[in-house]
Amino acid sequence: MDASRPVTPAAAEVDRSLLIRGLRKEYRTGQPVLRDISLTVAGHGMTAIIGPSGTGKSTLIRCINRLVDPTAGEIHFRGQDLARLQGRALRAARRRIGMVFQEYNLVERLSVIENVLCGRLGYVAVWRAWLRKFPPQDIDRAFQLLDAVGLADLATQRADQLSGGQRQRVGIARALMQEPDLVLADEPTSSLDPKTSVEIMELIARHAGERDIPAIVNIHNVGLARRFADRIIGMSKGAIVFDGAPQALQDSHLLQIYGGEGWLE
Amino acid sequence: MRIGLVALALYVVYACSVLDITWGRFVLGLGHGARFVSRMLPPNFAPDKLELLYGGMIESLQIAIIATAVGVLLSLPLGLAAARNLVPLPLAWAVRALIALFRTFHPVIVAILFVKAVGFGALAGMLALVVASLGFLSKLIADAVEEMSMQPVEAVRATGAPFLSLVIMGVLPQVMARFIGFSGYQLDSNLRNSALVGLVGGGGIGATLFTAFQRFDYDFVLTIVLAIIAIVMIGEIVSGWMRRLFQ
Repeated sequence: MDASRPVTPAAAEVDRSLLIRGLRKEYRTGQPVLRDISLTVAGHGMTAIIGPSGTGKSTLIRCINRLVDPTAGEIHFRGQDLARLQGRALRAARRRIGMVFQEYNLVERLSVIENVLCGRLGYVAVWRAWLRKFPPQDIDRAFQLLDAVGLADLATQRADQLSGGQRQRVGIARALMQEPDLVLADEPTSSLDPKTSVEIMELIARHAGERDIPAIVNIHNVGLARRFADRIIGMSKGAIVFDGAPQALQDSHLLQIYGGEGWLE
Repeated sequence: MRIGLVALALYVVYACSVLDITWGRFVLGLGHGARFVSRMLPPNFAPDKLELLYGGMIESLQIAIIATAVGVLLSLPLGLAAARNLVPLPLAWAVRALIALFRTFHPVIVAILFVKAVGFGALAGMLALVVASLGFLSKLIADAVEEMSMQPVEAVRATGAPFLSLVIMGVLPQVMARFIGFSGYQLDSNLRNSALVGLVGGGGIGATLFTAFQRFDYDFVLTIVLAIIAIVMIGEIVSGWMRRLFQ
């Protein structure tokens, strides 16, 4: 296996668009969380998915990298149907999809730099992980990424000593370490204060933009979605009820997405 | 509640009569005990006895350390394979059944089986303690893995990591400190039990102790008992120190 060699695609030629067709997920039979979602996401730019809790946003995003197995439907990305992949092929597809989590999901007892290097685990052999002998170019890149997210000084700190915002920066560096063709973010700012939330969204937008890769971000905060996304998708009860540019999102749409009225005042 | 207590008292009386446990025998036994203790004193520190003691002790230590090392090495994969949040359920249940089997019998009974299987000596004692270590450590590891946070595991899985890399970077860092603590306990417990398995033919200081009893060398018995107490206490100190070091 050429696993230890970082794969560097010819960026301009790769088609990174995502095509979802008839995606359905039922955790319990007969109770779909996702109701036959069909969606095309362009190969660049940030797409924000908004909607109330429990509406299937998280399930949708987790179906894409198969942390959740869809019940039915197709997810086409880079010439493959992700919904059908198994074993080695699934792992190979996953390593090109970076993911950022609401609770950061760092390995608390590992150092910051080790957490970033986790992003290479899909590429490097098992013995390298065991001996912590990552290829030198990976280590160099990990330090560069830490620098890029503003944590250069904290490389050897244990992850459990960081603040929430710092942890999320590590999470972003780990995702970028995968050299992803797609970034998924599941409520990346929901556990953070408003100022840090803006910084984290800026970071995701900037790095996805620099690499010209698409980012799909689940987010509660409509203001942040409007500010950073190129496209907003509104979900309600497992279905898409709004799909358009941020400017097109009106209060009437928000009422439809979230229901109720009083909260808009 | 009251009926239960009365029934229990009646049964105890009945059982004592069946087993011929009487006050008279107990008083008689006290006299024997006093004579036994007086024959133990003073402990025998003759050079030839000390040599026997030393040989038995070294063998027991070796049995305990080898059994702990082998047990630790094997219990890690076994414990991971028994964790229901990590492997397919049928495999986890099968491995849990195997671990339960290891835990069913006291090490002394397992030692008797191994003495019959591979003959008298240190090998039988060592194998018995490996089984005991596997039963204890694998179960604790499996439980620790099932209690760990799945969030980092999910994140590492999302990077496309193969299963073993997932275990190395996502699982082990979460359970390693506790595992080392368990291993310290197990070394401690293997030190105690290495004396026990010797009594039934498993080698080590237990064999020396058994021989001393057979030959009515009660003063030497006391020497051996004192040495075992010393070793167990040292073991306790070392394992406590190990736990603090890896906290």
